[in-house]
Amino acid sequence: MIARLLARIVAFAVAARMAMRRRDSDLAGGEAPGAKAEVSGAASEASGAEAGSGPADAEDPRRREVPANPRAETLVAGLLLAAALLAVAFIAVFVVTGLDTQLLGAALGGSLALIAAAAIVAGKSVVVQETAIEERGTLLEPEAPARIVDALSEAGEGVSRRGLITCAACVAGAAVTTAAVAPIASIGPRLTAIHKTPWHRGVRFTDIDGRLYRAEDITVGSLFTALPEGADPELIGSPLIVLRLPEAMLHLPSSRRGWAPHGILAFSKICPHAACAVSLYRYPEFPSGGNDQPALTCPCHYSTFLPAEGGKLLFGPAGRPLPQLPVLIDPNGYLRAAGGFDEDVGPSWLDVRRPSQT
Amino acid sequence: MSVRDLNPRRQAERVVRWNEERIGAYQGIRGAMRYVFPDHWSFLVGEIALYSFIVLIITGVYLALFYVPSTQQSVYHGSYVLLQGEQMSGAYRSVLDLSLDVPAGLLVRQTHHWAADVFLAAIVLHMMRVFFTGAYRKPRDLNWYIGLTMLGLAIIEGFLGYSLVDDLLSGMGLAIAYSTAMSVPFIGGQFANLVWDGPFPGSSRLFARFEIIHVFIIPAILTLLITVHLAMIVRQHHSQFPGPGRREQNVVGTPMWPAYALRSLGLLFAVAAVLVLLGGLIQINPIWQWGPYHTYLSENGAQPDWYIGWLIGALRLMPNWEVHIGGATIIPSPFWGGVLFPTVVFGVLYAWPWLERRITGDRAIHHLDERPRDRPIRTAIGTGFLSWVVLIFIIGASDRLFFRLDIPYTSQIRFWRIGVWIVPLLIGGVTLMVCRHLQRTDTHPLRGWEGTIVEAPETIDGAWSGQHVPSRVDAATPGRGRSEEDPPPGPADERGRTP
Ligand code: FES
Repeated sequence: MIARLLARIVAFAVAARMAMRRRDSDLAGGEAPGAKAEVSGAASEASGAEAGSGPADAEDPRRREVPANPRAETLVAGLLLAAALLAVAFIAVFVVTGLDTQLLGAALGGSLALIAAAAIVAGKSVVVQETAIEERGTLLEPEAPARIVDALSEAGEGVSRRGLITCAACVAGAAVTTAAVAPIASIGPRLTAIHKTPWHRGVRFTDIDGRLYRAEDITVGSLFTALPEGADPELIGSPLIVLRLPEAMLHLPSSRRGWAPHGILAFSKICPHAACAVSLYRYPEFPSGGNDQPALTCPCHYSTFLPAEGGKLLFGPAGRPLPQLPVLIDPNGYLRAAGGFDEDVGPSWLDVRRPSQT
Repeated sequence: MSVRDLNPRRQAERVVRWNEERIGAYQGIRGAMRYVFPDHWSFLVGEIALYSFIVLIITGVYLALFYVPSTQQSVYHGSYVLLQGEQMSGAYRSVLDLSLDVPAGLLVRQTHHWAADVFLAAIVLHMMRVFFTGAYRKPRDLNWYIGLTMLGLAIIEGFLGYSLVDDLLSGMGLAIAYSTAMSVPFIGGQFANLVWDGPFPGSSRLFARFEIIHVFIIPAILTLLITVHLAMIVRQHHSQFPGPGRREQNVVGTPMWPAYALRSLGLLFAVAAVLVLLGGLIQINPIWQWGPYHTYLSENGAQPDWYIGWLIGALRLMPNWEVHIGGATIIPSPFWGGVLFPTVVFGVLYAWPWLERRITGDRAIHHLDERPRDRPIRTAIGTGFLSWVVLIFIIGASDRLFFRLDIPYTSQIRFWRIGVWIVPLLIGGVTLMVCRHLQRTDTHPLRGWEGTIVEAPETIDGAWSGQHVPSRVDAATPGRGRSEEDPPPGPADERGRTP
């Protein structure tokens, strides 16, 4: 059915193209059989304005042509009826299945396409074809600016304290505008929450289904997403990346000694560039990167961070390293935060707390 | 009552009389029916934008009847098996139900999405036509500014539209938008937290806010601007290309009634047809495959809708430069690609009519458009600038190139950080040469090629070369092939182009 529709559209396009060609050649010389061509000039309403303007007359573009084309008229009627048919088909499909998007689209789109075809054929081969000339008129009357200003300033006639009134109006306008806009302040902004994350010493790590992580769950070569136990997982400060590296590989800054017990590292999962979740991990090697350190990559703009070096940026647009969270393994083997973040997570702004050192 | 007059002619007159007694629109109606549209295909692109907007409004009203702007998370137990048991927001849930369970819902949603993409494409193409033919010159500079404003609003509108869905892609987009808002120097933090009602992902009011902006505020402004845009066109009349009998003070073409009205109606239906066919037959944004958004989720290889691509490209291309003073982050890194880049692009476009007036000293009124080749420098600047933006747009997809062809991503980005400044210069230079060549030889790159392609025996190893056969169009149009110095044909016009 769709194929038939397409074939029809193509056939129509070809026919229309040929019709246009024919008309063009009619214009170039000779009359089309069956077309009554009235030579331009007398018929056009705008023609009076165009009287006798020098050399352009030799190539006067005006023309008016009554196509009198019964075949095109039949075609238009046929197209319109076919459009109605497809519209009914659309209703039928809608009632019967309703959920067959392809069929619905083909029926309704086909119906609209047929109406389009009918209108275009009618516009090009059924109704009067006319090329007319319309004068633009002028936009700027030479006198107008002075006249308008004169008319406007008539308002000040006989007013002696014009300055005073103007000033008072300005003051009132400014005050009322401010008053009208003031309630916007209740929208916010509330920047108080922006430095807070749910992480502080002792908070346990859960997976996205709420199961607690134990140290042995974190295996070398994989990436785990952790959330703070009992907190809102949707907060920008909540999600963590947890991974384990052989301890010999770690080159953490000296101030972070003890942040990665048994090589278990935790970072904010929110990219400090533009807040996407950092979810790509290459370990232990990357075939075509040249750099074979384990690396975390954000899929949004490919900022790449080195977990072994405390989240340092290797490549990409992020302006800060990936914030690291100190990890604690409690006596029962559960993973907990050994403290909060000592920098802000998420994107940067004026007051963002950057890491003290990297 | 006496015998009713059933003559259709007099019936029609009665209806018109009823109307005229109350409105008295004769002059206006007559003027509208005789309003002349120049016949050139490139003038239809703006109409395509207008008609896509109409499709957007109609489909959008339908969608708004089903959309729920809720951030409330709940567990899905609906008809789509693969997502059962998933946590998702009420917003995502409502669009999922609309797509999978409401008869014709997916058709309307996909048509709406396609219409947005086509709307923006048509605006951009229309602006390219206006730019390269000089149609933005006085008195149409005002309409250029309005059109540019509509482009900016349409980009925001489209972005909000797919952000409302709260699927994984739209959530990632919102995260980037939030961060970009944060990166505005000094006020960014306040601004982003004002819009999102707190830190990302925002409060429960977020989608209600975005919805009212998307379905009411921006469409209302767009409608107003479109009205002004069109009213201004009617007042000034269309510009036109030079040709026989065409002068600065007249317009030559098809009168509105009846031929042009029918053709334009045909275009309206054609646009609607294409959009509905796309919406029905070609899948777009299958949100059930992306799944719901959660702050802790992201997906590799994500690409936004095309009109956001240039911003993603810029964000990806920029190095991690930041400006710090003491402990304060004056300029965070997303600022360059997400804020400065679009500001520069729109700034240049807004400033262009004024800049050109300053440089050329041409302050005259112009109603005759120019062929791109006849203004080689403008055309070269235009293609250079355009290719700069397009290149950055393409760079936004370098990850696709990496996945498909295994060209290392980092090498691509490092290459383009320099290449993006050189390639547009080359393209501008080539354009300049091509324009000058076309001016000299007077070939029409499209229509002049009605001739035959002949094998030129004198060239080495039988290379193909084109032989220019003057076409009908060339012969009938003495205005073609003027050099920049020649005055236009026909009587000189005191307000005409400055030589
Ligand atoms: S959001 Fe991570 S690189 Fe931009």
